Amino acid sequence: SWSLGGGTPQAPAGGRARSCPVRVMGPAERSSGDGAADTFHIVSFRWHHVQDPYIIALWILVASLAKIVFHLSHKVTHVVPESALLIVLGLFLGGIVWAADHIASFTLTPNVFFFYLLPPIVLDAGYFMPNRLFFGNLGTILLYAVIGTVWNAATTGLSLYGVHQTGIMGDLNIGLLDFLLFGSLIAAVDPVAVLAVFEEVHVNEVLFIIVFGESLLNDAVTVVLYNVFESFVTIGAENVTGVDCVKGIVSFFVVSLGGTLVGVAFAFLLSLVTRFTKHVRIIEPGFVFIISYLSYLTAEMLSLSAILAITFCGICCQKYVKANISEQSSTTVRYTMKMMASGAETIIFMFLGISAVNPDIWTWNTAFILLTLVFISVFRVIGVVIQTWILNHYRMVQLGIIDQVVMSYGGLRGAVAFALVALLDQNKIKAKNLFVSTTIIVVFFTVIFQGLTIKPLVQWLKVKKSEHREPKLNEKLHGRAFDHILSAIEDISGQIGHNYLRDKWTNFDRKILSKVLMRRSAQKSRDRILNVFHELNLKDAISYVAEGERRGSLAFIRSPSTDNIVNVDFSTPRQSAVEASVSYLLREKAGSVCLDMQALEQRRKSIRDTEDTVTHHTLQQYLYKPRQEHRHLYSRHEIIQNEDEKQDKEIFHRTMRKRLDSFKGTKLGINRSKKHNKIHKRDRGQRKRNSNVIPNGKIPTENPVQNFTLKEKGNCCAKEPGIDNPVFSADDDQSIYVKFPPWLSNEDTVVPSQRARVQIPYSPNNFRRLTPFRLSNKSVDSFLLADGPEERPRTFLPESTHM
Amino acid sequence: FLSLFLLLVTSEQIEHLHRRFKQLSGDQPTIRKEHFDNIPDLEFNPIRSKIVHAFFDKRNLRQESDGLADEINFEDFLTIMSYFRPIEMNMDEEQLDHFRKEKLKFLFHMYDSDHDGKITLQEYRNVVEELLSGNPHLEKESARSIADGAMMEAASICVGQMEPDQVYEGITFEDFLKIWQGIDIETKMHVRFLNMETIAQCH
Repeated sequence: SWSLGGGTPQAPAGGRARSCPVRVMGPAERSSGDGAADTFHIVSFRWHHVQDPYIIALWILVASLAKIVFHLSHKVTHVVPESALLIVLGLFLGGIVWAADHIASFTLTPNVFFFYLLPPIVLDAGYFMPNRLFFGNLGTILLYAVIGTVWNAATTGLSLYGVHQTGIMGDLNIGLLDFLLFGSLIAAVDPVAVLAVFEEVHVNEVLFIIVFGESLLNDAVTVVLYNVFESFVTIGAENVTGVDCVKGIVSFFVVSLGGTLVGVAFAFLLSLVTRFTKHVRIIEPGFVFIISYLSYLTAEMLSLSAILAITFCGICCQKYVKANISEQSSTTVRYTMKMMASGAETIIFMFLGISAVNPDIWTWNTAFILLTLVFISVFRVIGVVIQTWILNHYRMVQLGIIDQVVMSYGGLRGAVAFALVALLDQNKIKAKNLFVSTTIIVVFFTVIFQGLTIKPLVQWLKVKKSEHREPKLNEKLHGRAFDHILSAIEDISGQIGHNYLRDKWTNFDRKILSKVLMRRSAQKSRDRILNVFHELNLKDAISYVAEGERRGSLAFIRSPSTDNIVNVDFSTPRQSAVEASVSYLLREKAGSVCLDMQALEQRRKSIRDTEDTVTHHTLQQYLYKPRQEHRHLYSRHEIIQNEDEKQDKEIFHRTMRKRLDSFKGTKLGINRSKKHNKIHKRDRGQRKRNSNVIPNGKIPTENPVQNFTLKEKGNCCAKEPGIDNPVFSADDDQSIYVKFPPWLSNEDTVVPSQRARVQIPYSPNNFRRLTPFRLSNKSVDSFLLADGPEERPRTFLPESTHM
Repeated sequence: FLSLFLLLVTSEQIEHLHRRFKQLSGDQPTIRKEHFDNIPDLEFNPIRSKIVHAFFDKRNLRQESDGLADEINFEDFLTIMSYFRPIEMNMDEEQLDHFRKEKLKFLFHMYDSDHDGKITLQEYRNVVEELLSGNPHLEKESARSIADGAMMEAASICVGQMEPDQVYEGITFEDFLKIWQGIDIETKMHVRFLNMETIAQCH
């Protein structure tokens, strides 16, 4: 039989050498396996030809199908973490394979694990790492990662050695160094396991980032300890000198800092490259993955910490890559990364289960296994407590008892330990099988038992949960104010503090780094506050449409002008109606709202006429336009985009301005002069692009208070203050919207549908941002009247439409 | 309040602050606004004027009167600094609440520049424009729009549904507290060096 990347591992030299060749059935075997070829075979079964890729694809399929099956039962997944389920499944499948073949055909081999399964998970972690939180707690994380891991390794190894000396374990062929080696590989908290379990537990972000950061950063320590002890074992216990020990310590710094630098260098390269990919949008996502993967392999090649490299590559490049690449590429990167990480995680756990079904490796030693379990738990608790006590002297936000409990309990071991132990050389370390068995038991214990019980524990201890809250604009603003205030206080008091450093970094970033690494267009709009603001407006726009649909006012979008054909009752939301609703369509596109009629067209089956498109255009007029609309031209190499940012801004500002008449400081007496009206009557035929149509455009900035008087001037043609949209004026020709297909016409003219002219769409008053709070007394605004007690279709004086 | 603060800060830290005070004031007993110009890093802070202003704001200095002081002495300096002390583990609910209110009041005074107890739209706009002035690519228009949006958000939190005739005057301190309800400001608004060690008061 064969195995995925099987074969005997050769002696590692320096780093984690993976020289396990994949045994592939060569062409010679294939042809000989076909038997005597004496006639022409029309069809032949060429299993050996496709064997390897087929098996791989099949396993991936099995893993994914398993995931589907698990999630069918919500009750089960609520209690049992997915990782545990996958391990059990793996055991089951392994059992089947073994029963069929009596040979362990499939195992999780270190090669496959370290080269293909681990990088996506770590890259995903790094790319989506909340940087501010991470660097804010970096001191804590480093302490746990470095000191904590060394502590765990030392204490576990030495204790096991001590117990071994007493003879309880029986006579094992293990020396002190072997114990230390084992300690070092079992000590490390595993990022894959931590992610898998903590994902379902939802502890607060500080706690999560500490445990997770620790699991990522301890790789350097693990690598160094593992290599050091392994080479010591090779050299022989007697020959180890002080120099070697010193070299070990030095190698720690080299490995960790070197790995980090490699990661940062590749992040720089990646950011720089994405700056120039404007014309090759289609392959943009590819760069992210390739360059990150290269950073991993490069660090591996130089025997530095590969996990650190790819983590920091992800962490450092986040900001610039997200700024440079297009919206669609960003979505692609996001989804692909998540998919690969999730897939890799699934395969890892499943194969952990399968690999366990291998009687050849099983060596049972009750004392050893039991004691290992006890020691790693106990020493972890002790380590966490001591370190937290030290840290609390320096931390602003203290870590309480509950946090410490979660941290100790959340120190899970996982596949990294297993892969490392599988990498050991049988010839040098005689007790390899014992180690492997113990590691399997430990991993299973932590993932299954601790994974199962951590959720109830967290609930029982009432751990502060993460708050999934919409980022409030005020929060962002005040947060920004805080940063400045705090760094000012630090400046004034002459201290170099946290805020001072962050301030310096932000300045450096803005002045130098962003200029080099970010596209010029991206530099402008990268302020986070602006992003939040845009998002909020988008959300409002969507809920506006949804609300309108719900109340039936946007019925004209859904039903055609002839009432007979479609008679839909909108008062109750129906499941089937969801498919076609505009808001559904808007919502489903993650991040890129497409109000393009043509795109929507393809999804709907109802009858369209100009009316609908006109109304759509009306909507589009007033809502913040999405970042891109892409036309469906099939082209391998291009996605054509709509570049009218300037227009976006205009609509944006216009919309905001209109909302503000409620505040005392900006009382808008809508001052329209007669002149405007005349111009409009004249220009009806022409589509002049100016903002006269929405006369609100001029908010006097000098003295808002004095606008009160303008109202009384009486030169408004409309008696009421309000937006005077000449297009809505009663008497003019109705054929406007027929003559000019709206999407070709000027943006500024609003051509209402027939129905809209009679019945202005309701606009609900119960969302927060777009609703004006107070309008003038005489306004006949649809907002206000829409929420009146009676729900009657009303004919408005068409002069005023605040939408 | 100040004495409580002094009880909880080491003499070492007070000494350090005193040295700094002397450095800023040029060995004089009081500091004026101009003395803050000597701090080089403060130049780049976008809301520097508001922060310096806060030091001289009589409301922050716990004086009964209103308006701006011309100069402050070391005790006043410490008073302002005391707004930034971190919370302690052993504080009870009432203390925490008081603590929080104090910090929020400091913030409120910073925004409310005309001392009328309300943050009006114009004042809010000022603050936001200043805050975002550090970003050269952000136009004044956009900054203003953001301020407006934030104000509306604040109003919707504080007042909820407004009647058509209602006018929203501005954010009062109670409203301000409401905005900050879910967010734990105590853990965010402090400076590290004012870490607590329980040693006797300064001399």
